[in-house]
Parts: sequence; structure tokens; C-alpha cells
Amino acid sequence: MKAGFPQAARAALADSQLRRNLGHATSTIRAKRGRVVGEVADWEALRAAGAEIKERTLRHLDVHLERLEEAVVRAGGTVHWARDGAEACAAVAEVARAHGSDEVIKVKSLLSDEIGLNDALAGAGIHAVETDLAELIIQLSEGDSQSHILVPAIHRNRAEIAQIFRRELGVEVSDEPDDLTAAARAHLREKFLSVRVGVSGANFAVAETGHVVVVESEGNGRMCTTLPEVLVSVVGIEKVLPRFSDLEVMLQLLPRSSTGERMNPYTSIWSGVSDGDGPREFHLVLLDGGRTDVLADEVGRAALRCIRCSACLNVCPVYERTGGHAYESIYPGPIGAILTPQLRGLDQAPTLPWASSLCGACYEVCPVKIDIPSILVHLRGRVVRETKAEGLSERAAMGAMARVFASRRTYEAAQRMAKLGRGPLAGAALRPWTRSRELPDVPDQTFREWWKKEQRG
Amino acid sequence: MMSAVRASLFITCLADTLFPRTGRATVAVLERVGVEVDFPLEQTCCGQMHANTGYGHEVLGLVRRFVRVFGDAEVVVTPSGSCAAMVREGYERMATEAGDEELAAQVRELAPRVFELSELLVRRLGVEDVGASFHHRVTYHPTCHSLRLLRVGDAPLRLLRAVRGIDLVELPEAEQCCGFGGTFAVKNADVSTAMLTDKLRRILDTRADVCTAADSSCLMHIGGGLRHARAGVRVMHLAEILAAEDA
Repeated sequence: MKAGFPQAARAALADSQLRRNLGHATSTIRAKRGRVVGEVADWEALRAAGAEIKERTLRHLDVHLERLEEAVVRAGGTVHWARDGAEACAAVAEVARAHGSDEVIKVKSLLSDEIGLNDALAGAGIHAVETDLAELIIQLSEGDSQSHILVPAIHRNRAEIAQIFRRELGVEVSDEPDDLTAAARAHLREKFLSVRVGVSGANFAVAETGHVVVVESEGNGRMCTTLPEVLVSVVGIEKVLPRFSDLEVMLQLLPRSSTGERMNPYTSIWSGVSDGDGPREFHLVLLDGGRTDVLADEVGRAALRCIRCSACLNVCPVYERTGGHAYESIYPGPIGAILTPQLRGLDQAPTLPWASSLCGACYEVCPVKIDIPSILVHLRGRVVRETKAEGLSERAAMGAMARVFASRRTYEAAQRMAKLGRGPLAGAALRPWTRSRELPDVPDQTFREWWKKEQRG
Repeated sequence: MMSAVRASLFITCLADTLFPRTGRATVAVLERVGVEVDFPLEQTCCGQMHANTGYGHEVLGLVRRFVRVFGDAEVVVTPSGSCAAMVREGYERMATEAGDEELAAQVRELAPRVFELSELLVRRLGVEDVGASFHHRVTYHPTCHSLRLLRVGDAPLRLLRAVRGIDLVELPEAEQCCGFGGTFAVKNADVSTAMLTDKLRRILDTRADVCTAADSSCLMHIGGGLRHARAGVRVMHLAEILAAEDA
């Protein structure tokens, strides 16, 4: 059972090292993003285009997915349909097993973490080697997990990373970034050249042509998708784009929003298999994993537009202070607060829609214009109406307040009671408030009493 | 120049009950610039707290009440960015989602006449100097809903810059939320407090005597934190500074 956001956040807030690491990292990425977005004159038009492409696609998702399947098969690939994570994991394990491989090399993939692919493969006797630097750090660090969509080890600083490498890789390494990456490269290079099965996710999949797209910075993704004999890409069904030309919009929006770069260093685009070039077998596993249920919610489904850029995390004042682990999901931050409860079920993550002050900074930066604050409010309503997570005392208090505001007579009576420290309007004197904040003194005269006496009415 | 505008004051339940000084100051400023103010006594609350806490189903009656009370107003003015945003940005969607198209149409018609105080003064009336004087060091916190929902921009700062005697100092990282967020401050009290602490640190770093903003709720939060810390810095609503004539 999960602790819930308020409790999980408390531990994170007390960790001074974490607060420093996060504050430094998020403010750096924020500034970079601001600079490179600022230089695009038609950024708002691009955002609108990105939102429209995604919205239109989701409306006819079934059609686009079947076109994608046809195109991938035409290009020599194999398509597997997975209803849930277990089916997707089984499909990957089967491909590895069919090739007699007890090891796979992996491109960083959030979806693989969402479905617990590494553990599932381990259960089938197959070791998954993470090749993204940050994912490798997490994998080498027993009991650790990702805390950011794009920068999974954002909660670690380089001194901590050097310690992990010394301990787990048995190498002498300083905490200089060049040294750390050299140590990782030496460790990984051998895997790239020897392991026969690669596993990836995808940023986009193009229905028209069957192309699969992986966007990355380190080049490990290029290695994993080109060197092995067999490639398996596990992709959420919401990642499909209708046309190849849609990439023109998305590949402008994504790097500027995520790493704050004009263009990311590596964009790998492939379709099926080609003789003498790259993997000889290509498998595309298309996963539902609760996504069609999300589609059924007319307000909440905009969350499926997400292209996982993580701009919303970097500007979120809540995320900046709690880090990702408090969200108890591979999808943290504002997008996680709307995605996780919808994918897992509201009763499995009922506190997440409240993990926001509704300040709106996330909506402002979202490259596909997901109105995260409105979806949070919508999901709060659904939690109240559809689950028992919010207690009876809150329901009673909100009901009483609603009756107070329903008429002038009840409202003015409650104001008179509040002066005596009683009644629904004095109920705000809650302990969680007063632990760190004073309450205002209740004045002798309300504004309306002054107005009536003074003049006027 | 200005034609005589008649404004209906939407005071908000919070200012009415807890911060009447803000209401009196709002009236004083508006009258000083020649606005005729009336105050419909049938008003209660915009319903923002219910809506944002997941009790939107309790709010429809308040939407109808607001439209009934303020429907005939020439303009509606309120000293709260978030309550103005609730009416302008939230009401129509709530009416539509409830399937009440007639109410949605009424809201659509009324919403463009609803203004937050600084918007009314600067954007609608074209006034920046309201004849105030205030000889103190002041820093301004732009509240999230004024900034991102209403997009009031620098209207409050324009008004403050025109105040005689004021020593206006910029607040670093001003656009970060103070951590109030309505019931967020209680449901996630620890995170809210962490956000507040950082906001207080920025305010104290400016060495201002007064922190001002255009929303009583955020000021209640920031002011509650300053008082709890015995910081010796007070909060004042923008309207109170604009109403001041201290020399």
C-alpha cells in the first residue's frame, strides 16, 4: 500500500541534500528552457499545433493504431498487442527467450518502468542492462528508483554517483563528470557489442509509415536500436502520430521543452527491418495498460497528449521541493498527478490530484497545452464523488459551508458566529494551518456591517 | 478622460469576514478616481474553495446566485485575482458541464464585465496614479491566478510605481507560488509550508517593511507565516496602499 503524497512528501522535505540537488537542477533546466523557447517566434503556434495533432489522433486512435500495425508489418516487423503490463512483459521475454538470450540491453524507457519490465524479465531469468547513464546509476544503486521523467537520478549529485560507481563497478573514479561518463562508457561498450537483444520504448510511432522514433542525448539509444540482432520496442498506444510530417512539430517542441536544447543530439528513426543494416528482427509491442479507460474521461484524457518532456516538473514549486519519489510513481510532478490516478485507478492514488497548489506554472510551459490545473480539479471531483478517500468530516464541513453561502441570511448568521470563534466559518482554525501560520484576528465589524452603517445601503 | 463608471463591488467572503479594511480601501480608491461604487448585499461566495477541493457539485447554486446578484452591473470589481478568475475562467465550464446552457450563456455575457481591481483601474479606466502616498519600503508578490489566469501583467506594479514616497523593491523569484492553494495549505501542510518558507526568505531578503499583493487569500498565508515567525514585516492588500495618504 502506498503512503500517499502528504506523508511521502514529508520525508523528502526534511532531506537537505535532496532539496539542494533538486533546487539546483530544476532551476538550471528552467533557465535553459526559458532561453531556447524564447528564441522561437512562433512557439505559441507550435504548441497549438502539437496539441491539435495529439487531440485529433486520440479521437480516432483505433484507426491510427491499425494503420500503424499494417505499416510495421509491411516494413518487415512484427506487432504484438498487449492489454496490460504483464502481457507486454511476457511478449518481450518470449522474444529474448526465442533467441536464447539471457541478457537484453535497454534504452531508457518510462513505459518499461511503468510495467516493471526489468523485474518481470529477471523473473524469467533474463537480465536487463540499462544503458542510459542515469538509469544505470539507479540500477546500480540498490533500492533506489527514478525521481524525474527525463533526469531519473536528479536526486543524486556527482559525489554520490562517484561513490556508487566505485562500489558497484569496482573502478577508481573521481567525481568529475568526464570521469564518471568514461567509467560508464567502458562498462557499457562491452554490452553494446555483445548482447543480442535490444529493448526500447519510443517517443513517437508513425501510423502512415510504420516509423518508430527514439529521441535521446547520449547515443546509447542509437547503439541499442542498431547493434543487436533483435530489437523489441514497447510503446504505449497514445504515442502514435498519423503522419510522418507531424514529427516536424513534435521534434521542435520536445527538445526545447525537455532538455532546453534547440535539437537533441540523437534522433533514431527506423521502420521494420532492412537487409544488412541494423537488427534483423523487429518487434513492436503496443500496450494499452489502462489508456483506453483514460480515453473514456472527456476531461482527463488530455493527459494522454503528454510527450514526456518533463517541463512541468521543472517549473512545479511542489516537485522542486519534494522530488519525484513522493509521487510514488514512475510519472512524478504535475503530469504524474493527473496520469497516475487515471492509469492505476483513482482509489489507488487518491491523494495525487491534491499534490498541487494549482499555481498554473505547468500549463504555461506544456508543449501540448495540457490544462493540468483543470484536470487536477476535475480528478479531485471524481475522487470525492467516486471513492471514499475523502473522510466524512471533510464532506460534512464542505456541506455546511455550502449551506452557509446559499443565502444572505445563513451567511450573515455564520459571520456573527465567526466573531465568537464558532460555526462553519470559524472552522478554518485547523491544526495543519496553525502549526506554521498564524490565523488572522477576526475583526469586530465585517465589511458589510460597515457598509450598512456608513452609508449607504 | 474618464466617464463616470458605476462599479458593483464583489468583496469576496474572505475579505468581507476577515479583511474588511481591504474592502473599505477598495471603495476609497475607486471613489477617489471617480467611480461610483455600489455593494449588493445578497452576494456571498464565488465557490472557489468548493470547486477546487472537489466539491464542484455544490457550486452551481453559487454560480446562479452570482449571475442573479451581479447580472445587471455595469462592471463588477473585486480585490481578488483568484475570485475574479473563478468567475471569468471557471463559471462557464461549470455551467456547461452541468448541462445548463442558459446559465452558461448568462455567464458568457457577464464574465467580460468582471475585473480584478488593478485591471479595472489600469486597463479599463486608464488610471495609474490614484493619488496615493505611502512612505514605506514595499515588495510586491504577483499572485498565481492574477498572473496566469487573469494575465493582469504589470498593472499592479504600474499603480504602485505611481504612489508618492514609496520605496518599491523587486521580489526575487516573485512568480513562484507562496504555497497557499486554498485547501492545499491544509491537505499538504508540509509542502505548503516549505513553499511559504522560501517565499518568506525572499521577502525578508528585500528588507521591505510591507509585502503587498492583490489577493487576500495569498496575503493571509504570507502574513500568517510572517506573524508566526515574528518577522516584523506586515502584509497589506494593494488596495490599502493605493488608499493610503500618509503625507
